[in-house]
Amino acid sequence: MSLNSNKSQTAEPLVASDVLERVLAKGRSTGAEFAEVYIEDKRSTSAGLDDGKVEQVTSGRDRGAGIRVVAGETTGFAHTSDLSERGLLAAAEAAAVAAKQGGGGVNKVQLGAELRHAVNTIKISPDGVEKSRKVDLLKRADAAARAVNSAIVQVSAGYGDSLRRILVANSNGVLSADDQVRTLLRVSVVATGDGGMQTGYDSLGHTIGFELFDENDVEELAIRAAKQAITKLSARPAPSGAMPVVIKRGSGGVLFHEACGHGLEADLVGKSASVYRGKMGELVASPLVTLIDDGTMTAEWGAIGIDDEGHPSQRNTLIQDGVLTDYMWDYLRAKKEGRAQSGNGRRQSYQHLPMVRMTNTFVLNGTQDPDDIVRDTKHGVYIAKLGGGQVDTASGDFVFGMTEAYLIENGEITEPLRESNLIGNGPEVLKDIDLLGNDFAMGNPGMCGKDGQGVPVGDGQPTLRVRSLTIGGTAA
Amino acid sequence: MSDGVQELQKLADSIVGKAKAGEQIEAYVSRGGETSVRVYEGEVEHFVSAQSEGIGIRIIKDGRTGFAYAGTLESDAITEVLAEARDNVQFGTVDEWAGLADPDGVAQIPQKFWDEELANYPTDKKIAITKELEKLTLAADARVRAEEANYEDGWGETAVATTTGIRESGRGNSCYVSVSTLADDGDESLTGFGFSVGDSPKEFDLKKAAHDAADRATRLLGATKPASKLVTIVLDPYVTSQFVSILSSVLNGESLAKGRSLFADRLDQPVASAKFTLVDDPTNPLAYTATDIDGEGLAARRNVLIENGVLKKFVHSSYSARRMNTKSTGNATRGGFAGSPGVGCLAMQVQPGTKSQAELISGIDDGVLIQDVSGMHSGVNTISGDFSTGASGIVISNGTLGAPIREFTIASTLQKMLLNIVDLGNDIDWLPMRAVGLSLVISDVMLSGA
Repeated sequence: MSLNSNKSQTAEPLVASDVLERVLAKGRSTGAEFAEVYIEDKRSTSAGLDDGKVEQVTSGRDRGAGIRVVAGETTGFAHTSDLSERGLLAAAEAAAVAAKQGGGGVNKVQLGAELRHAVNTIKISPDGVEKSRKVDLLKRADAAARAVNSAIVQVSAGYGDSLRRILVANSNGVLSADDQVRTLLRVSVVATGDGGMQTGYDSLGHTIGFELFDENDVEELAIRAAKQAITKLSARPAPSGAMPVVIKRGSGGVLFHEACGHGLEADLVGKSASVYRGKMGELVASPLVTLIDDGTMTAEWGAIGIDDEGHPSQRNTLIQDGVLTDYMWDYLRAKKEGRAQSGNGRRQSYQHLPMVRMTNTFVLNGTQDPDDIVRDTKHGVYIAKLGGGQVDTASGDFVFGMTEAYLIENGEITEPLRESNLIGNGPEVLKDIDLLGNDFAMGNPGMCGKDGQGVPVGDGQPTLRVRSLTIGGTAA
Repeated sequence: MSDGVQELQKLADSIVGKAKAGEQIEAYVSRGGETSVRVYEGEVEHFVSAQSEGIGIRIIKDGRTGFAYAGTLESDAITEVLAEARDNVQFGTVDEWAGLADPDGVAQIPQKFWDEELANYPTDKKIAITKELEKLTLAADARVRAEEANYEDGWGETAVATTTGIRESGRGNSCYVSVSTLADDGDESLTGFGFSVGDSPKEFDLKKAAHDAADRATRLLGATKPASKLVTIVLDPYVTSQFVSILSSVLNGESLAKGRSLFADRLDQPVASAKFTLVDDPTNPLAYTATDIDGEGLAARRNVLIENGVLKKFVHSSYSARRMNTKSTGNATRGGFAGSPGVGCLAMQVQPGTKSQAELISGIDDGVLIQDVSGMHSGVNTISGDFSTGASGIVISNGTLGAPIREFTIASTLQKMLLNIVDLGNDIDWLPMRAVGLSLVISDVMLSGA
């Protein structure tokens, strides 16, 4: 194998179909009703700049197979980095033993024709781009951020690309493959002033190749991060207590990710660990809200051709005009309910079991002019950038951080605020959305963690207002 | 030394032997395995049995650093990793302080990381333990459901070698059980969890794990959202551990070198209440993250960071130490073969006070016992010091515990919170985290709610 030689995509499959068929038959040889082979070959390049220096360029290679065998209620799973037929058969046997069922095995599995469901076009594979050009992006970001103002005292920037080839085959005859290319740049800035240090952050990431940087300006990204830090130098403490909150377009998708996205994942619903269980067909949000999860959304960070169970990605409407219309599904949960999968079975790598995950989750446009939404707010908080969040899906309580926010006084955006968390309850907040803008935008690339696994996700929304959210600041 | 470890050390040595003139090379190789059992409603939901291995190679030449890794130990892959790391060197910026650690003569303090009983523990017993934990949890409280009961164990062997003469290897294994719970009361559902860790399964306290999981899920039933006000908070040991872990970034010598520590220029000055003494001591075998070597292969050691409120030391790797003209404190961190070393605390310990949690509470007129926090990653900025997290807990009035409250935040700044430490409990809990737990009383924290 080679880390470097594969400059262009080859059509050669990661593992031949006849080998896969024998491995799947081995998986079912002890009587299990389902076996699956997941092959992954991922190459990545990353580079980090800090303190004015390119500290390190890193090349990585992760390659292996995860084998899943389902017998009754039990899933057996084994993984191996040995992709030879012998290695795969050994892992299949281990998974079969793990799921152990007696008697009546299967000795033949026949795969269908290979499915490919490309949702992105890769113009410039990062594999073929000189490392010096990747490193140059970091140097440009560093220079641009520092040039904004002498208050900028530190800059760190990171570049990353990955080419992830996956192949999924299962005993139902599914054979699917996908090449997933992601490219990312992030910039963190520290500014210093009389009141101490403040930070700024911005990032850019899409499921496309190096053309990302033909279509986006690295300097602009760095300048935005720098200005955020500088603005916050004069920020006053965030308020405490509940008040109206306006969230700028493309910066608050994480609100829906936490407030209801996780709660609509069928594995959590199936164990009654979601506040949205048993609510199908009910009004769970303001009638303004239509929520979509869409893995086919071209070039977005959560876009996938197939999910990690070989099912083609699709666009799913979860909430229509405030009414809950569907949950998100993977193979096991859908089978249990006797319904179709929704393309939401995802995993971090071949070393992980798949589970229900979001892809690109977003709220469709409303009709309001975003300026009117601010003008209509007497006293509140305007959030221009949200940070990460966390939710307890059973109670629906969630938090998320605001990394750039301002006061709204008499319908105008005024003073910047220091960072804090916000806290709310999912179902209550969804019903409390009283104004929805017509300026939809997707947000920054995100990494969603669940049960110890991280997967790339996207989110988006138009400018909107929540009538009442609790701001976790220190000011009375 | 086990055969497996010896083989890894030989492999690391052989890679270092390929160094060309002027090159520094570090080879880090590891191999490991895991078993994971999940039980739901009396059945095994999944059983995972897996092995993995990998290598990371770091090369430094003329002040430039390159790195590469692969998740396999196949020989052709290793050849490629070496070539790729070498190729990556040319794109780094010259850094006069770049370099691998030199052996510093500090002796390792031997500890026991391998348990033979765990290594040979039969699979059917692992499954039985997990089923038993689920059963005990359901029996603990009629309002409680189990979302999942888990058994996890893992083993690992690692070896590191460098051209500067570092040559270290070892192996370890560990196991734990955990259970996630739900408690229902009408429309309201709340979650809880419990866990137990041990060198081997015979050390598990399943009853305590079950009881904790039931208690955590039920204790907030009927909780309301409180009104906003300034209060004194008592952090439960589990929350204190998370709070103390944050200080690792603040005391990070590399952050200091790069102008990102809010305690820059504060050495030998008071930064916390005189009651607060913080030590990083991975040589203490009671600590869950105890270790004999750091991420660069230097001996792990005890470092006093804050003594009676006075800032005494930042933690350093060999790189940050060179930059700050000091010596490594043995605090290089490493996440595995896929990354190069960073800097951080390894096993943080707070000097306990003299009172029990009940005694601490009895002295508080108006406060909140904080039992859980959320959004530590999104609401705490270790560079500006801004601190704001979601929280839940129990009201304290006139020295007694009252009603449960949830869906509120607590906020202050790290600087103020350290100075406002009023008292510490004697209830040391060696939690499976990077910092020890104990009850911690902090005054003047803003509670934000309705």
